[in-house]
Amino acid sequence: MNLLLVLPILIPFLTAVTALLAWHNRLLQRRINVAGASLHFAVALGLLASVSRDGIQVTQIGNWPAPFGITLVADLFSAIMVTMTGLMGLTVAVYSLGTIDARRESFGYYALLHTLLMGVSGAFLTGDMFNLYVWFEVMLIASFVLMALGGAKEQLEGALKYVTINLVSSALFLTSVGVLYSVTGTLNMADLARRVSSGTIDPGLTTVLAMMFLVTFGIKAALFPLFFWLPASYHTPPIAITALFSGLLTKVGVYALVRVFTLIFVHDVAFTHSLLMVIAGLTMVTGVLGAVAQMEMRRLLSFHIISQIGYLLMGLALFTELALAGTIFFMVHVIIAKSALFLVSGLVRRVAGSYHLKELGGLYRSNTGLATLFFVPAMALAGIPPLSGFWAKLTLVRAGLEIEDYAIVAVSLAVSILTLFSMTKIWAEVFWKDRSESSDPPKPLSPFQRHSLLIPAVWLAALTVLIGVGAEPILDLAMDAAAQLHDPSAYIRAVLGGGAV
Amino acid sequence: MDSLVLRTATRYLLPLMLLFSIFVLLRGHNAPGGGFVGGLVAASAYALYAIAYDVQRTRQIMPVSPRRLTGVGLLLAVTSGLIGLAAGDPFMTAQRDTRELPVVGKLGTPLLFDIGVYLTVIGVTLTIIFALAEEE
Repeated sequence: MNLLLVLPILIPFLTAVTALLAWHNRLLQRRINVAGASLHFAVALGLLASVSRDGIQVTQIGNWPAPFGITLVADLFSAIMVTMTGLMGLTVAVYSLGTIDARRESFGYYALLHTLLMGVSGAFLTGDMFNLYVWFEVMLIASFVLMALGGAKEQLEGALKYVTINLVSSALFLTSVGVLYSVTGTLNMADLARRVSSGTIDPGLTTVLAMMFLVTFGIKAALFPLFFWLPASYHTPPIAITALFSGLLTKVGVYALVRVFTLIFVHDVAFTHSLLMVIAGLTMVTGVLGAVAQMEMRRLLSFHIISQIGYLLMGLALFTELALAGTIFFMVHVIIAKSALFLVSGLVRRVAGSYHLKELGGLYRSNTGLATLFFVPAMALAGIPPLSGFWAKLTLVRAGLEIEDYAIVAVSLAVSILTLFSMTKIWAEVFWKDRSESSDPPKPLSPFQRHSLLIPAVWLAALTVLIGVGAEPILDLAMDAAAQLHDPSAYIRAVLGGGAV
Repeated sequence: MDSLVLRTATRYLLPLMLLFSIFVLLRGHNAPGGGFVGGLVAASAYALYAIAYDVQRTRQIMPVSPRRLTGVGLLLAVTSGLIGLAAGDPFMTAQRDTRELPVVGKLGTPLLFDIGVYLTVIGVTLTIIFALAEEE
């Protein structure tokens, strides 16, 4: 059913346009926002169900046959990512109702939010390199405005860094796409895979191209040593936006890396994937060490995003079916756990008035529920059983042990302990230690805020438990998705038609 | 700007430029032109008016606000894609009438898409220009 492939892009688009047309009616925009986000999540689930039942889905936009036209294609990995986009979209759409101020709302916040979701969904669904670039731009332009919207001084400072580095990365992306086209004569991903593997292209040149794309996507995914923009900007916008960015934006970069390094650039795995392994290790370590020095919750969590990206890359670098399944499982886990932590830190800010660990304290006594709400995703992130992070890390470690790459396994375990230490630090400072005398007592939430803020946070925290307890079906799904990635012949056949491989 | 020559000229230029923008829009697709360029020509007509008079008066003579134009334009563009979907083809597949008209060519969804682009470009360009002009 090719309608399901278009809907995850069309629905956020229509939502954004109707929100734009309802510019002066803030209340209507809020309703459109929730309705659009729910619908988006529903069709994403539909797509996932359809792909897991009937296999890879393809549609040729405008009926121009591949490899000449633009192809939308959803294998299981894409479908899982689109589902996560829908989930995060809905979560943040509800959370925004209670946290985004009226001024931001009346300057098109909801239209931008859904434009961003459209860009992210498009990037996950496209089967064409240039089209991927276009979706990246749609997503980035929306994110630029979301980051700067409101115009607080620190926001503009963060946005400046964010925009500059992303423009550099986009320019490099476009250049790489140009060179790729001049070398191979095609931009359709399946066709690229076929041509690169046919051996008619100089492998040295292909490696150069692979490195160009590694740097491009590396900047977007915040890999070592290109991550510096992330902690410099992610703590500046409102927390709902930070949660959405942390859940989705860097993950699009990782998705693109996984896509090109499983489908196209697999001609010299000994070199490219060994390099990825080194970067994975360094990303994990620098991220978690950067977090140690931070005393502001959002900055601390931002450094952890980087560290977790290292794990995602580790699965790709190990490049076995089990390892790729680990990456996919980890992706699902980290999107949920990380965003949950940001949402909870927003709640802490709302209740206790600060993000700074020094100024906070004693929340365990006054807000036990909130403390629990933090504790669950924090432990999931650190990888404590039976939560989602444990199975994600276990799968990756098992994959590492299987091919006897002990170094990366050791690094990943050490980083896990440091993550636990980091989470314990927040726990001790925010919830456990006594509150300093000078600070104001915690403020209660209004009934509306209670619903709009707590429901998304509780929902995400519950999901980390659910995924942990019922890991089996999700791991099976991840294994199927990984099998499709590891042997791309089905993907190529689906896009280019039978007899192509 | 307070210039009698410019004001008088603009009053005659505005309708001419708008007509020309529609000509460029309709001529496009197979010949040079199209929704994007046409939209820019139309937007520059209103921008010229805003320079000759002021933004407030320009807003008054515009039948629809730029923001609404953007929204409607985007809706038209996406509708052109949905028509293909409704006809049972993949999204964005062109659906055309078989008869050929002078200048316009064949009527169909590509033209609808171009009109959507035309309106969107006018809307976005004028939103930006008005915002910048009103800031001073």
